[in-house]
Amino acid sequence: MTRKTTRIGSDLTRRNFVIGATGVAAGTLGMPAILQAQAASLKIGILHPVTGGLAYEGEQCRKGALLALEEINAAGGIKSKGGAKIEAVLADAQSKPDVGAAEVDRLAEAGVLAVQGPFASGIALATTQAAAKHNLPHLVDVGVVDQIVTRGLPNTFRFAPGFGKITSFALEALQKINSGAGSPAKTAVIVHEDGAFGSGMAKLLNEKLPGLGIQVTQTLSHPTPQRDFTNIALQIRQANPDLIIPSNYKNEFILMARTLQQQRVRPKVGIYAVLGGAASNVAFAKQYPEAAEHIMDCNHWYNPTKELSKAFARKVADKGWDLTYEVMLNYSCMRVLLDALERASAPTRAALTEALAASTYGDHLMPYGPTKFVNGQNEGAQPANTQILKGNVEVIYPAEFASAKVVFPIPQG
Amino acid sequence: MSARIAGCVLLAALLVVPFVVRSEFWLSFWLLVLMFAFLGQAWNVLGGYAGQFSFGHALFFGGGAFGTAILQVRHGLNAYLAGAVAIALTALVGGVLGYLIFRYRLRGAYFALVTLAFAEVARVLIASFEYTGGGFGMLVPLAHGAANFQFSDRRIFYLIVWALVAGGCLIALWLEGSRFGAQLIALRENEDGAQALGVDLVRTKVLALMLSAAMAATVGVFYVQNFLFVDSHIAFGPAMSIEALLVTIIGGMGTIFGPLFGAVLLHAVGELAKQITGNAPGLNLVLYGVLLILALRFLPNGLAGILGRKPKPVRETADA
Amino acid sequence: MFSGLFLPAVLNGVALGAVYALTALGLTLIYGVLHIINFAHGSLLMLALYAAFFLYTLGGVDPYLAMLVLMPLFFAFGYVLQRFVVQPAWHGRDENVLLVTLGLAIVIDNLALWLWTSTTRSIDSRYAFEVIDLGVAFMPLAKAIAFFAALAFGALLWALMTFTDLGKAIRAVAREREGARLVGVRVEHIYAMTFGIGTAMVAAAACLLLPTFYVTPQVGYAFVLVAFTTVVLGGMGSFIGALLAGLLLGVIEALCGLYLGESLGQIGIFAMFILVVLFRPTGLFGARA
Repeated sequence: MTRKTTRIGSDLTRRNFVIGATGVAAGTLGMPAILQAQAASLKIGILHPVTGGLAYEGEQCRKGALLALEEINAAGGIKSKGGAKIEAVLADAQSKPDVGAAEVDRLAEAGVLAVQGPFASGIALATTQAAAKHNLPHLVDVGVVDQIVTRGLPNTFRFAPGFGKITSFALEALQKINSGAGSPAKTAVIVHEDGAFGSGMAKLLNEKLPGLGIQVTQTLSHPTPQRDFTNIALQIRQANPDLIIPSNYKNEFILMARTLQQQRVRPKVGIYAVLGGAASNVAFAKQYPEAAEHIMDCNHWYNPTKELSKAFARKVADKGWDLTYEVMLNYSCMRVLLDALERASAPTRAALTEALAASTYGDHLMPYGPTKFVNGQNEGAQPANTQILKGNVEVIYPAEFASAKVVFPIPQG
Repeated sequence: MSARIAGCVLLAALLVVPFVVRSEFWLSFWLLVLMFAFLGQAWNVLGGYAGQFSFGHALFFGGGAFGTAILQVRHGLNAYLAGAVAIALTALVGGVLGYLIFRYRLRGAYFALVTLAFAEVARVLIASFEYTGGGFGMLVPLAHGAANFQFSDRRIFYLIVWALVAGGCLIALWLEGSRFGAQLIALRENEDGAQALGVDLVRTKVLALMLSAAMAATVGVFYVQNFLFVDSHIAFGPAMSIEALLVTIIGGMGTIFGPLFGAVLLHAVGELAKQITGNAPGLNLVLYGVLLILALRFLPNGLAGILGRKPKPVRETADA
Repeated sequence: MFSGLFLPAVLNGVALGAVYALTALGLTLIYGVLHIINFAHGSLLMLALYAAFFLYTLGGVDPYLAMLVLMPLFFAFGYVLQRFVVQPAWHGRDENVLLVTLGLAIVIDNLALWLWTSTTRSIDSRYAFEVIDLGVAFMPLAKAIAFFAALAFGALLWALMTFTDLGKAIRAVAREREGARLVGVRVEHIYAMTFGIGTAMVAAAACLLLPTFYVTPQVGYAFVLVAFTTVVLGGMGSFIGALLAGLLLGVIEALCGLYLGESLGQIGIFAMFILVVLFRPTGLFGARA
């Protein structure tokens, strides 16, 4: 085959290469002058995986954070700092921990006062470490793995509950709901994704469920992504449990629920998800009402009885966004962060860290009560129990935040 | 020859980076570029010089990464010892696999896909057992200090990796001048002919694979020491395999500085793309892909090709 | 312990395998003739899934009918891609083609992400929830349709290759390119036609897959590895091989998932691949020694 040598092509490419290289070289030699805007605005870094495997969740997180930020800017900015507006500096963790850490470096050098994010536990481990190097306060939005706050990094704060808290809450709730209905649930099958959070969840559940009088007859793990749930559905049918307890991500949860419906598999008492991927996802509830009906979840969720939450839900509906916990948590986190900035003695990282550590902020969406960070973890943080009823995600426990009564056991037939 | 001169200049420029660059972000950036350059060089030994295209180099990268992580975390081994053992073990595994693969005369696409299959098997196995971190991955405890092969000042680490890359170029230089290297090139150009000339095909290929595996494992070790965290997907997933072959092919296969050119160009372009496209999710990667296609269209012999190096002769496609 | 689940698992595996077979039919044709590893195969599947999805939600077009529209469309797309993007980058080096298709995959995947975001899309059609009661198992209607469609397409392709002039030209180019050129076959055109047909097959697979699955920009990758495995296992260029290998792999995956758990069970397919490639490299039905 003849090979054409395109001289013009080569020259153009070479020239572009040189231009590009100069740009990168300039960045390398650290031209901080370009990056230092005049401090009429205060910068906050928002870091989430908006590309890669976690792109959907990351995008939802970002939306929530930006919504809160824009609201506060519109209401006059940070009043104690002369009404200074907040400038969001966005970063993409690309669903990879090393990219996340590099982005923290970039944000730090861009002069942000704090970083919010990064949604995923694996990424959070890397980003909190990177933030500590710059004394940058890092407010972790979701990331449930306990190590995030137990490594003694002084600038790490986690607003939402961690693993341990979520699981003990879920078990306590299950205990109450079960005994309240005469303890119909005696056997369970656990379905979990085989990554960090799924395996950890399965292990804890296996330890603790017998203590509630519930025997785990099968523990079925699956990878993410998983293309087919028929095997799992068949095994569940064979085990014929009272409860199915899933812990996985959105796509797999939906596929599982649809497959269970297809294969006519129904648990005798109910589906009780703990951090179920779509078990409290409104879009899922609306699109597959039959498959979704009565599914329970113990997950991050807002307090629907607050006025702020109702206004928030309306705004989200107006924008046509899915009302998922990522949006709720990030919206709330941003408010916590900006409140701390309001109270900080100066617009610096150190002052902001101090203000966060002393925060008692309660004007957010979550059912946590006033904020209190102890060793970086918000003590009051807790999940909530939801159930999908007639296409809506209702809170069914704890009672003081509930918007509907639980249906347990689920109707048969 | 001008490619070699350009290569030396680039290496020298990269040596200067830690002394001149203030930004932590850019230091990490160039550190990663160097690591990928060495990974590419590892692939280059097998793919560029010996002509065997592996799609599963992540297997060796992961072997080094998980090897050192497991030895440190589960067995309390010293970081340097753990790293050395991990590299040696990975090379050994490479040798065994290589023997199996080459004994059955797998070539071309078959070889490529079987290496991919092995990498995938490793990925699943590592994620399935508690001992190897299960779904979570391995977290190496933070313990700054030269004795632990962790440095609070990243610049020290950078210099060590730079030395590694320089060493890699020397290995390539050695290959080009040595008898072993000549055997590799011979079997790349014409396997049957090489065999007729007395080259022991299986032995030569296996040795090349072991060298390549050891080098890739080294990058794995350094990766873990830098990030202190690795999981099955990062270590054995397709990203690393693709990285290894991409930088070398773009930079120029079978050349000393090809992997370095490729690593610098691709990552610089990637960063540039991010800066141009701002925050729209995915657009920067689109630009990256388009640039890749354009480069393939107009730079048939890789970067080293346009810098004046004698291009690798176009051979009749050897069907698998 | 699992004896009651064995047969349903096998049946499910066969249904699963039909989809693998369909995606592999196109790939084996492309590989058998052009000898290129088409990295973009999964991305094209993803694109076709989106196309079928939008036709359904915006146009109310049933996914099976959508095949009539999408197959010619994707045929043309594949033709253009091969002729004007892949071919010019070849420069006589196979590795270039590999990389160009990789570049294409990156571009397509991320354009999809930018245009349509990462929100999962799935359709709610009656084919998904209607099931056929086979006694030992419930077979979703959509999967049964996919199974028979795979057989039909396999037969169709075989007929195309054996009885038409185009098919003869393709086989000629696959066997001996320069010889074919010498007798007047326009090789570049045949290459593009082959790629086009392969891409059309992918479009068909997508339409058959959509009712029981979902689409996100990342969905192609999950299928492409298995498709490669199917092609090599079946023997490059053999349609029967691709069909049987696809079904076999589906069954292996289902059984491994059952006995080893879905997580560890993933190695079943790859282990199978390694064994076949080491001990029977021409695949189960490979034509060439």
